[in-house]
Amino acid sequence: MAKRIDVSDLNVYYGAFKAVEGVSMTVEPRSVTAFIGPSGCGKSTFLRTLNRMHEVIPGGRVEGKVMLDDQDLYAPSMDPVMVRRTIGMVFQRPNPFPTMSIYDNVAAGLRLNGVRNKKTLDGIVEQSLKGANLWNEVKDRLSKPGAGLSGGQQQRLCIARAIAVQPQVLLMDEPCSALDPISTLAIEDLINELKSDYTIVIVTHNMQQAARVSDRTAFFNLKATGEPGRLIEIDETTKIFNNPNEQSTEDYISGRFG
Amino acid sequence: MSALKTDQRVPEDENMTGDSPTSPPPSNRSGNEALREMSNPHRGRAIKDLIARIAMWVSFFVAMVPLAWILWTVVSKGIHLLLSATWWTGNQRNINSSDVGGGARHAIEGTLMMAGVTALIAVPIGILTAVYLVEYGRGGLARAISFMVDILSGVPSIVAALFIYAVWVTTFGLDRSGFAAALALVLLMIPVIVRSTEEMLKLVPNELREAAYALGVPKWVTIVKIVLRTAFSGIVTGVLLGLARIMGETAPLLILAPYTKNFQHDLFNGNFPTLPMMINQDRGDFALASAAARMWGTALTLILLVLLLNIIGRVIAHFGSVKK
Ligand SMILES: Nc1ncnc2c1ncn2[C@@H]1O[C@H](COP(=O)(O)OP(=O)(O)OP(=O)(O)O)[C@@H](O)[C@H]1O
Ligand SMILES: [Mg+2]
Repeated sequence: MAKRIDVSDLNVYYGAFKAVEGVSMTVEPRSVTAFIGPSGCGKSTFLRTLNRMHEVIPGGRVEGKVMLDDQDLYAPSMDPVMVRRTIGMVFQRPNPFPTMSIYDNVAAGLRLNGVRNKKTLDGIVEQSLKGANLWNEVKDRLSKPGAGLSGGQQQRLCIARAIAVQPQVLLMDEPCSALDPISTLAIEDLINELKSDYTIVIVTHNMQQAARVSDRTAFFNLKATGEPGRLIEIDETTKIFNNPNEQSTEDYISGRFG
Repeated sequence: MSALKTDQRVPEDENMTGDSPTSPPPSNRSGNEALREMSNPHRGRAIKDLIARIAMWVSFFVAMVPLAWILWTVVSKGIHLLLSATWWTGNQRNINSSDVGGGARHAIEGTLMMAGVTALIAVPIGILTAVYLVEYGRGGLARAISFMVDILSGVPSIVAALFIYAVWVTTFGLDRSGFAAALALVLLMIPVIVRSTEEMLKLVPNELREAAYALGVPKWVTIVKIVLRTAFSGIVTGVLLGLARIMGETAPLLILAPYTKNFQHDLFNGNFPTLPMMINQDRGDFALASAAARMWGTALTLILLVLLLNIIGRVIAHFGSVKK
C-alpha cells in the first residue's frame, strides 16, 4: 500500500512569485514525516505539490521532479486526478461536504468516482470510520449531516473520507490546528495507527506534535519575506530535535528564532 | 459635523472601558461615575438611537403603504371573480367587454407555458454561463462575457422585443407567435439567472472544491455534484425570481404575441393568450364595470401565480438546502 516519494530539485511558483526553491527529499514509506518551519516558508505550498493540488490555484506552477516509487507524478502522461486518488489530503480546517450526511461524506470519494454497490460502500464506510477512530461516536447517526459533528469529529470524518479511497500516501496540512488537546491526541493516536499502512506527511507548527508523531522531520525556512522558502534539512526526528546539523534548525526548535 | 461629534465623544467612551477589570481598581469616586454612566446611557447616543428607530419605522411604512394599497385594491376588486369555478376552467371566447363571465384558464395556461418554455431555454444557458464564469473563466473571454451579461441586464424589455421582432419577423419572415415572445423573454431572463447563479457559486467555499479534488474527483464531477449541489437552493431561488420577473413582462407580448380569447397551446402558430395581455385587453374598456372587474381579477390571478411560484421555490430551497 504505502509508497516512497522522491522529490528532486523542486521549484514552486505562484505566477511570477517563486514560493519554494530547490527542494530535494525522500519521504519514506510506512512512516510519518513532519514538516516544520516558520509561517510563510512554503510548507503548505510544497505539500500541495506532492499530490498536484498546487496547480488548481490560478498561476500555480511547478518545476522539478516528484517520483512516487517509479512513477513520475509530473510526467505529461500522468493524470492529476489519478495522482490525487493515490495521494490523499487532509486540510487544516475540517471541510466536510455540507449537503451530505456522515455516511455520504465518507462514501463521497468512491461514489463520485462511480462506485455504486451498496454492500461495498457500507463496508468501506464502516472500515474507514473505524480507521479514523470515529465509528463508535457516529455509528448510530450515519444519516445525520456531517457538518453537525464537533470540529474534532469533523476532522476525523475528513480523515475517514480521505482513507476511504484507499490512497497510498496521506498528506495532512496542520490537521490539528483547529482542535482542542483531546481531539488532537485522538488524531495523533490515529496517525500512529495509520502509519503501518500509509506513508504520512504532516505539516505542523507544534514542535511537541512533530516530536511525538513523526519518524523524520524536515525543517523549512526562508531568508526573508518575499524570498522563496527552502528545505534546510531533513533527518530522523530525534536527530533534528537533539542534534541538528544546521544552526538555524537549532535556533528555530529552541525558540531562538526571529 | 457628525464625525466631529463622535470624535469628541471618544474620550468618554475610553473612560468607560478604562474601568474594565483589566485596569487597576478604580477609586470609589470614579467607580460611582462609571456606574452612573452605565445605568444612565449617554443622552446623545439615546437620541440618535431613537431617531434611527423612528426613521426605520417610517421608511418601513412608507414602503409598505403602496404595497398594501395595491394588494388591497387588486384583492377587493378582483377576488369575487376568482371565487367562481368557471374562472379557473373557462376562457373568454365570445365574451365581449360588456359581458360578465368566462374564465382565465386560457391565459393562465398560456402564461405558464410561455414561462416554462422561456425557462427551459434560459435556465440552462444562464447556469452554464455562470458555471463558466465562476469555475473556468479567466482572462479576456470571461471578462467579455461578463460585460455582455451586464449590458443584457440593462436592456429594456421593449428593446429585447424589438430585437426579436427584427430577427424573427423582419429577417426570417416568420409570423409573430408565443414562441417569438418567449425568445424575447429569454433575453431578459438570462442575465438574471447568470448573476444570481454566479453569486451563489461564489458563496460555495473553495475548500469544498479542494476537498473533492483531493479525493481524486474530476473537476466537472466536482462542479456538478458538489458545487452546484451546495448552491442548489440559491440557484432555484434565482430561477424563480427570474421567472417572476418575466411572467409579468408585457412589452414583448404586445409586440410579438397578440392576444386571443381562446384556448391556444400552440406556441408557434397564431395568437397566444397570456395574463398580462388579458389585462391589457380589458384595460381598453375600463369604463365598463364588467371589463374593469375582469381586469382586476386577472391582475390578482397573475399576482397569485407569482406568489405560488415563490412558495414552490421556498419549499424546494428548504428541502434542498445545506443540512445543519
Ligand atoms: N494562493 C496564493 N497565491 C499567491 N501566493 C501565495 C498563495 N498561497 C501562498 N502564497 C505565498 O507562498 C508563500 C508560502 O506560503 P505557504 O502557505 O506555503 O506557507 P506555510 O509555510 O504553509 O505557512 P503557514 O505555516 O503559515 O501555513 C507565502 O509567501 C505566501 O504568501
Ligand atoms: Mg500552511
